[in-house]
Amino acid sequence: MVGTAVPRRLTWLVAEVVEMVDETARARSIVLRCPGWSGHLAGQHVDVRLTAEDGYQAQRSYSIAAPADGEKVILTVELVDDGEVSPYLIEELSEGDRLEIRGPIGGYFVWEPGRGGPLQLIGGGSGVVPLMAMVRARVEGGSDIAVRYLSSARSVDLILYREELARLARDSEGVEVLYTLTREQPDGWTGLTRRVDSEMLEAHAFGAGEEPLCFVCGPTPFVEAVASALVDLGHKAERVRTERFGPTGG
Amino acid sequence: MSTEAHVDGNVLGGMLMEMFGAEMTDRRGCCGECGAIGTMGSMHVYVEAPGDVMRCPACSAVLLVLTRIEPVVRVHVVQLAWVEMAAD
Repeated sequence: MVGTAVPRRLTWLVAEVVEMVDETARARSIVLRCPGWSGHLAGQHVDVRLTAEDGYQAQRSYSIAAPADGEKVILTVELVDDGEVSPYLIEELSEGDRLEIRGPIGGYFVWEPGRGGPLQLIGGGSGVVPLMAMVRARVEGGSDIAVRYLSSARSVDLILYREELARLARDSEGVEVLYTLTREQPDGWTGLTRRVDSEMLEAHAFGAGEEPLCFVCGPTPFVEAVASALVDLGHKAERVRTERFGPTGG
Repeated sequence: MSTEAHVDGNVLGGMLMEMFGAEMTDRRGCCGECGAIGTMGSMHVYVEAPGDVMRCPACSAVLLVLTRIEPVVRVHVVQLAWVEMAAD
């Protein structure tokens, strides 16, 4: 988007909740219909604003989980303990409710098939949400760009989008999905079992010689560790895009 | 929740767009303290302070502070030496 950004006023839009999808015990996807929505790129986010009856307002940023589809905007929100906004979005929001959103926001952590690949996606916790939008954009766009998706979760029940990713990996050539569980592994788990480290990246991620576009999203310590490991493995820093969030905000 | 944890400038993308009228997370900014240059999206942001504080990832100098005291948001430009925008 360099040099082509169209100045526009960022305005709050009223979106209606059309569906709530339970993703895990701690995360839900909120499917919104937002009249006036201008479309977006995979990786972008929105600001969500809640207004209490007394006028108090709280605002948070959430990644969009799926590529542009008319007025539809899908967010996936994970519960932040002691959070101010996420408990409401997860426990109280229901179909027919309205939210104020503005966006799309972000010109840095974005991908669309025309930007090429191969695509190396590495997410920690709910940091996989914008990466899922990229996987969906790759598959829905009919692109044949090779994608490797590495998701780090504390335990198997906290893995987001597992069924859909299993289907995409099975049905779409060139889409590989890998999980690592950092705290607990169920009996019979055959995936990885530790935090993402240099050795894991060397074994399972695209090598620096393949010049992948790398997108890393998650809590700040996760992103710092993964991004520096990638650079140490020879990936060019400008091919490693990062987005850090939490444990703040909520 | 740690009070020391930072996120990055992407979280302020909406506020920056409001200030500059354009997408800014992929635009470069320069620290007036140490001269480090990086995209606005890569700057460190502390959101648990009474305002949102953007700091230089290299030297931790405070670049920008946004405080919200209804009905206004006050933008304190501290050590942000410059930021680039599209010329067109």
